[in-house]
Amino acid sequence: MDHNFISVSDFTKEDILSLLHDAAFFEAHPNSRLLEGKVVATLFFEPSTRTRLSFETASNRLGARVIGFSDPASSSTSKGETLKDTIKMVSNYADVIVMRHYLEGAARYASEVTDVPIINAGDGANQHPSQTLLDLYSIWKTQGTLDNLDITMVGDLKYGRTVHSLVQAMSFFSPRFHFIAPQLLRMPNGYRDFCRRHSLPFDEQEEFTEKAINETDILYMTRIQRERFSDPREYEQVKNVYCLKNAMLEGSKPNLRVLHPLPRVNEIAYDVDDNPKAYYFQQAKNGVYARQAIICRMLDIKVD
Amino acid sequence: MSDKKELEVSAIENGTVIDHIPAEATFKIVQILGLYECDSAITIGNNLNSKTLGKKGIIKVADRFFPDEVINRLAVIAPNVTLNIIRNYQIAEKKHVKFPKIIRGVVKCSNPKCITNHQPVQTKMEVFDADLKSLRCCYCERVMRHEEIELL
Repeated sequence: MDHNFISVSDFTKEDILSLLHDAAFFEAHPNSRLLEGKVVATLFFEPSTRTRLSFETASNRLGARVIGFSDPASSSTSKGETLKDTIKMVSNYADVIVMRHYLEGAARYASEVTDVPIINAGDGANQHPSQTLLDLYSIWKTQGTLDNLDITMVGDLKYGRTVHSLVQAMSFFSPRFHFIAPQLLRMPNGYRDFCRRHSLPFDEQEEFTEKAINETDILYMTRIQRERFSDPREYEQVKNVYCLKNAMLEGSKPNLRVLHPLPRVNEIAYDVDDNPKAYYFQQAKNGVYARQAIICRMLDIKVD
Repeated sequence: MSDKKELEVSAIENGTVIDHIPAEATFKIVQILGLYECDSAITIGNNLNSKTLGKKGIIKVADRFFPDEVINRLAVIAPNVTLNIIRNYQIAEKKHVKFPKIIRGVVKCSNPKCITNHQPVQTKMEVFDADLKSLRCCYCERVMRHEEIELL
């Protein structure tokens, strides 16, 4: 990984572990003024309040100043300026650029047109690597390790960007995967091939059973979107099948944690929230620490 | 006297001969090598009988020699072509195409949401699977199977 944080495909095992250690430091010291005098640009060509606020909090707590826009309509893009020109212009102002864009490959391209570090906050349906890092941090923190874990992913595994990236990132750590999804939303061939190529054992099923829950260390829930189904009746059939209710966690392992990239709709019942194994809100909070680690790493700032 | 007319594909004195082209790739190669804009003498034959290919194409370009970087672009659509470099009517060198690590331009990304299809960005592909000849876009990371590959 050079000075750009673009894609999980660029991560090495060492990159991941060192960033997690840095994130742990920031969890203990979230207001370390390591970015005093630095300017962080948040360029959101596509809105994402949650991610943007997380990056802005990460920057602010470290003492950086933040500039940017949250909506392309208010930027020169609406005048027809190319991405290249926008990035080159902002490179005159900021020390690091955090960008979210609706076109895939935008962040990679941006990293080619400027020497200012680019942090990908999401490019279309392609990558969202800071989410992956906070997911890894959450797993690492709650399990004490990333190695040899049993990880179950539930819901929309076909279009779920976060589950794809998590499979890729976890490949360094000898996991066992379970993919639970309706037939229409199965984990795509490309990722099943990826698992085979990297000798990662996995199994697939359509039923979301308590047996599956009871055997696993991490239960990663995802939202099933109505829009993915051309037949609304099919959606109605599946929408309640992949829902987690508190009673389903009764026989689960003590170290099990329930993760979800949020926003959650009905796939995790509200009665799960008070269960100590519900980790999804803490997971979102971990996003700030993970992003602090990423920004400092891109600026070569030593984290002690 | 025989009424039979023959087109002679004459030997060239100096230049490049590309042979064993699968018939469907011949004119794509003309495009990739920029031969529409070339003013040397060019002979193009297509759908000629071939023992090995059934039907083949052949392109002879007089007084032109192509750098490896250009020749290797042919690997995307016709990896088994042979190139004969001609000097003084003799085959001075035989070359085979090598799949380059990165292919710039030439191939279009099949992802409608890829930045290369919306902004002035040259496409950049890497070989994803050498055996299957599938490519991966360096920008949007989409993998394209060999059959999906479309030239710009």
